[in-house]
Amino acid sequence: MCGIAGLIHRGKSSNVGHELQGMLQALKHRGEDSTGYALYGDTDGKNFIMRFKVGENVGEGSTSVAEDVSVYDERKKIVDNYLSEMGAKIVKEERILPYSLRYEIEYNKKDLLEFSQKIESIPGVEILSMGKSLEVIKDLGNAKMVCDRYNLDKLVGTHAIGHARMATESGVDIKSAHPFWGYPFSDVSVVHNGQLTNYWNNRRALENKGMRFMSECDSELIAVYLAEKMRDGASLEEGMKESLTGLDGVFTYFVATKDSLGMAKDTMAAKPLVLYESDDLVAMGSEEIAIRSILPQEIDTYDPFDGEVKVWQI
Amino acid sequence: MANLKNVTKKTKAQAMGMHTEVLTGRTQQKFFNPDEAENFYYYGTYDVDFNKRTDLDVMDMTAAQANKEIDNLMSQGYGTIVIKNPQGKHSIGVGILNKLNLIFEGSLGYFGIGSCDGPIVRINGRVGWSCAENLMAGKVVIEKNAGSCFGAAIRGGDLICKGSVGARTGIDMKGGTIIIGGDAGAFTGFMMQRGRIIILGNVGINLGDSMYDGTIFVGGEIGSYGSDAVDAELTKSDQDWLKRKLKVAEIGENFDVSKMKKIVAGKKLWNYDNLEPTEKKGAI
Repeated sequence: MCGIAGLIHRGKSSNVGHELQGMLQALKHRGEDSTGYALYGDTDGKNFIMRFKVGENVGEGSTSVAEDVSVYDERKKIVDNYLSEMGAKIVKEERILPYSLRYEIEYNKKDLLEFSQKIESIPGVEILSMGKSLEVIKDLGNAKMVCDRYNLDKLVGTHAIGHARMATESGVDIKSAHPFWGYPFSDVSVVHNGQLTNYWNNRRALENKGMRFMSECDSELIAVYLAEKMRDGASLEEGMKESLTGLDGVFTYFVATKDSLGMAKDTMAAKPLVLYESDDLVAMGSEEIAIRSILPQEIDTYDPFDGEVKVWQI
Repeated sequence: MANLKNVTKKTKAQAMGMHTEVLTGRTQQKFFNPDEAENFYYYGTYDVDFNKRTDLDVMDMTAAQANKEIDNLMSQGYGTIVIKNPQGKHSIGVGILNKLNLIFEGSLGYFGIGSCDGPIVRINGRVGWSCAENLMAGKVVIEKNAGSCFGAAIRGGDLICKGSVGARTGIDMKGGTIIIGGDAGAFTGFMMQRGRIIILGNVGINLGDSMYDGTIFVGGEIGSYGSDAVDAELTKSDQDWLKRKLKVAEIGENFDVSKMKKIVAGKKLWNYDNLEPTEKKGAI
């Protein structure tokens, strides 16, 4: 089933980590195999923040194979060496969990494709996000469990999107969890509720164009599809509008960039979305209770119609 | 196959071989007999006094607790119940089978007012997906917007949304009236079998797709027609009915109904000749 939630503060920052945790926890009945956050925090914009994993969570319910922690250490060493080779300087390093790391990196090149390909050539290593504001955090369990595990409660920023997942067509693991980074674009992330029926056709076509897929989760296609459109010069909104016909199936998805948040709904309006919009805040989720977790007072909300695309700026 | 010209309408379906199963045990098909009305007991109903009024704050209750408390209040004879702080909770106000004034001060989530038979419900906020699903009788008024599948499979009653509604409004409806003050989404009236839908605003694509029967009236623009949905002539009788209905619904009283479009089933896809057994309350 899955649940998605997102919010954007316009003209100010807020405790988006805490707010999104509340929204996603309200949706936990829609799936708690894994939960993911894409948080756009307040930064000075100088350094890249790279969230990456060197292994999988092999806890209860996971479909991943257990590995020795020493393997993670080996992979981390190779990552550090590659960063050094590419002229990237690690400014700050956090190992939140044995398999999950957060680096702040000084890196001056704009093209992240070569950078990402080099890092991800290490078996078992995946960049979850790369950006100057974006941080993707995803793991097994419900929103509160992931939030507590990664100390997200105090993260301050302007906007965020998140996903509570019930795994249906791919594994219970971090690589299949949402949000997906819009590889190789800095600060682009996507969450999706639904099912894409032309996944393999699109995937083969995009792979032939040099795009990369890390999982077999159909939702990853949206991130890659939009990234490819933007690589060809389309704006985010143009790419999203094209997706209404380019992607087949039922979907409601959110996409976020460094300074914007967008939503798209398929032409049959088969997947739910409730939206609240005011001058200083937009909040949306699969169910109204997600919005109620941050706005308990009486508010006006609505369901966007079929084939609707909307984009808001911070 | 039997000679259909020689069978009555009532037995035509059986003659065509549509009902060949042998019914045994406790699950035998039963039809309501109006002669037995005096012996009829409608389980789970209460005699309530509309002048006996109370408030119920459901802020810290689960949906099950809130519904149980509404049932408890009705059993005490309360006929007007005001629900405070529904906070978008799902499945509240369901299974009410008697007359009752039920007022929600706030919004509901999914499946609110499901399977009800008789209450008059006013919701001062918004409702989520599948509001008033399977409504059998009564009146439900939503002051703001509604989600998708609004009034799914209703059999009777009046369902009114003063704002806009999502997709698949009136899907599979078998009776009753749905009135929308604003716009409606895609697939409105999808597979509807009886009843009427009135939309004062615009409506999305595939209007009345695969409808068996029933009527849809649209005041604004139509995105596209669904399979087997066709235009029909808007008669004087239709206009009179629309005016009456909009007045009773306290919505669009000054709306020019003469310019509305009337959409019905072309009967190329489906053409059933056997209607459902008359509802028990109608028979009484």
